[in-house]
Amino acid sequence: MNETRNTKLLEITHLSKTFSARGGLSGNKSGDIVAVNDVSFSIARGETLGVVGESGCGKTTMGRAILRLIEPTAGKVEFDGVDLLALRGAGLRGMRRRMQIVFQDPFSSLNPRMTVGAAVKEGILIHHIAEGREADQRVKVLFEEVGLDPAYASRYPHEFSGGQRQRIGVARALAVEPEMIVCDEPVSALDVSVQAQVINLLQDLQRDRGLTYLFIAHDLSVVQHIADRVAVMYLGRIVEIASAADLYADPIMPYTQALLSAVPRPEPARHVARIVLQGEPPSPANPPPGCVFYPRCHHPRKDEACTQIVPPLEEKTPGHFAACIKEPPRAVELLMPAAEEAR
Amino acid sequence: MSEPLLSVGDLRTYFHDAETIARAVDGVSFDVTRGEIVAVVGESGSGKSVTALSVLRLIRKPGRIEQGSRIFFEGREILDLSETEMRDIRGNRIAMIFQEPMSALNPVLTVGEQIAEVVRVHTDASRHDAWERAVEMLALTGMSDPRERATAYPHQLSGGMRQRVMIAMALVLKPALLIADEPTTALDVTIQAQILELLQKLQEQLGMAVLLITHDLGVVAEIADRVVVMYGGEVVERATVTELFGAPQHPYTEGLMNAMPRLNQQTERLSTIPGIVPPSTAWPNGCRFRDRCSYAWEKCEMEHPPLYTIDGNHESRCHLAVEPERRESSHEPIAARGQVHR
Repeated sequence: MNETRNTKLLEITHLSKTFSARGGLSGNKSGDIVAVNDVSFSIARGETLGVVGESGCGKTTMGRAILRLIEPTAGKVEFDGVDLLALRGAGLRGMRRRMQIVFQDPFSSLNPRMTVGAAVKEGILIHHIAEGREADQRVKVLFEEVGLDPAYASRYPHEFSGGQRQRIGVARALAVEPEMIVCDEPVSALDVSVQAQVINLLQDLQRDRGLTYLFIAHDLSVVQHIADRVAVMYLGRIVEIASAADLYADPIMPYTQALLSAVPRPEPARHVARIVLQGEPPSPANPPPGCVFYPRCHHPRKDEACTQIVPPLEEKTPGHFAACIKEPPRAVELLMPAAEEAR
Repeated sequence: MSEPLLSVGDLRTYFHDAETIARAVDGVSFDVTRGEIVAVVGESGSGKSVTALSVLRLIRKPGRIEQGSRIFFEGREILDLSETEMRDIRGNRIAMIFQEPMSALNPVLTVGEQIAEVVRVHTDASRHDAWERAVEMLALTGMSDPRERATAYPHQLSGGMRQRVMIAMALVLKPALLIADEPTTALDVTIQAQILELLQKLQEQLGMAVLLITHDLGVVAEIADRVVVMYGGEVVERATVTELFGAPQHPYTEGLMNAMPRLNQQTERLSTIPGIVPPSTAWPNGCRFRDRCSYAWEKCEMEHPPLYTIDGNHESRCHLAVEPERRESSHEPIAARGQVHR
């Protein structure tokens, strides 16, 4: 028992978040949107779990529900053995100190009227970590740690570039000495060269401080680079979860296969057949029955059965879970069109 | 050699205010031949979008296309045309699509009406014929139920659908040149794949040329024939797509390629380009990239590098072209020194 407590820092079981939707001007109730649907996983201390998926798949809502920035509708969130959903008031604040978030948009997540030093210091004061000169000293050290000149602390957010603001966002998260950080698309608003700087920073901090990351992003290459394990979300559900190495080398879910094949590669000579998915993800207000991916699925053996069962997330090979009731299509079946073209 | 469809020569677009001049585009030259896809690549602040807007003369005050700039299109100097003549070219001979289709569409008109309007403004087609062409065009973009979708308002469509509407609107008059400014940046990767495939298909079917503005080297490799890399308001490298990815010459291009994490190529640590793009109000003298460059030497500060020809059609604005042995002696860039950046 003790052992599991040490290795699993975060454990999510059957987490769901439903938004009740009212449609039209008349305010008629038009069905609920299940943004996060029965999601379970755990993250070990010091691990990075990447979460990938397209807009509307529920990855951001999930990240926020874990921190209770959005109240989950059902399920359990355990952080270091403590049930977060049972906490309130001071207890919850205490736990929040241990888990922080870095947002996508470094432009809107900083208060424009507060110096960046004050923004970083706020958490230190609120959580009574330090006061007065000691707090200022901590801010200075944090600035250095994220690669910013401490003299910048007296400036305002608009005086910084996107990359610098994201460093400030990271410093603010680190100020309360968290054990885990939810990184919600932390680099997607940044240019390539700056993106690499911030990714390296996050990796250095993880190494130095033993941080645990839940790294939410839509960029599959970035996630492969930074994550130890990766979860793929589609329409509120986790449809595949595995070590980054297994998931990228040997994706089982047809959706994951399509997602990976859709990534444009900076290699002009490479002409591998691409699985171009037809249509768009269905509305989460009206998800298809059975497997949510069925309408767009390209699996050569998909059939009626797929529309009748919600496929459970099953362990297909050790440590590799996927929600598909069919045997995965073999690479050769997927590459048929290319083989034909070559002839 | 046939004459290029579009020939941009020494284009300079500056933004003037009381104290400063922002030289956003500062001496840019490139050609686009009929039927080819040319990508203009660069990061924010490189001048790529201003270049695209300049071609359509969509620069608003305090911006100005400076004297001596040349934009030659279909045998005419665009900068000499009257505003009326220019309006005839826009949407008709040169069309443009933008990153965010929602803000480029009129929220109170159906998408069919908006496409038909383009037809009616530029031709003497009847209301009915214009509508039919709109529906036809929507079908060509792969939209299911085009007749029904034509009656939808923009907010009723998804991002991918709206981008299809934008493409239909841009291509309905079969322009000779399509300028696509980050056309897939706001889209999800599976939808991006659909739109890129569509753009390529239509480009072939209609035989038009495409000027693709993007920051994404992956997209460039997918669909471009030739590439123009911009940095600091200038062209720093020009090459065919195969040459550019096979043997990038400019240290900035090289840096960009190394900074991208690549699928299925694990690296322990990403290489970065230290520092940031300097402001366009104060480009450094000499080479504009030198502070961030790991090869820079005295010459780079003294002499603004010209676009050197490497071989044939491959050009690079870097003195390494004439002193290639200096590639062996890389060092820490100035922008990384004394900086606490980690």
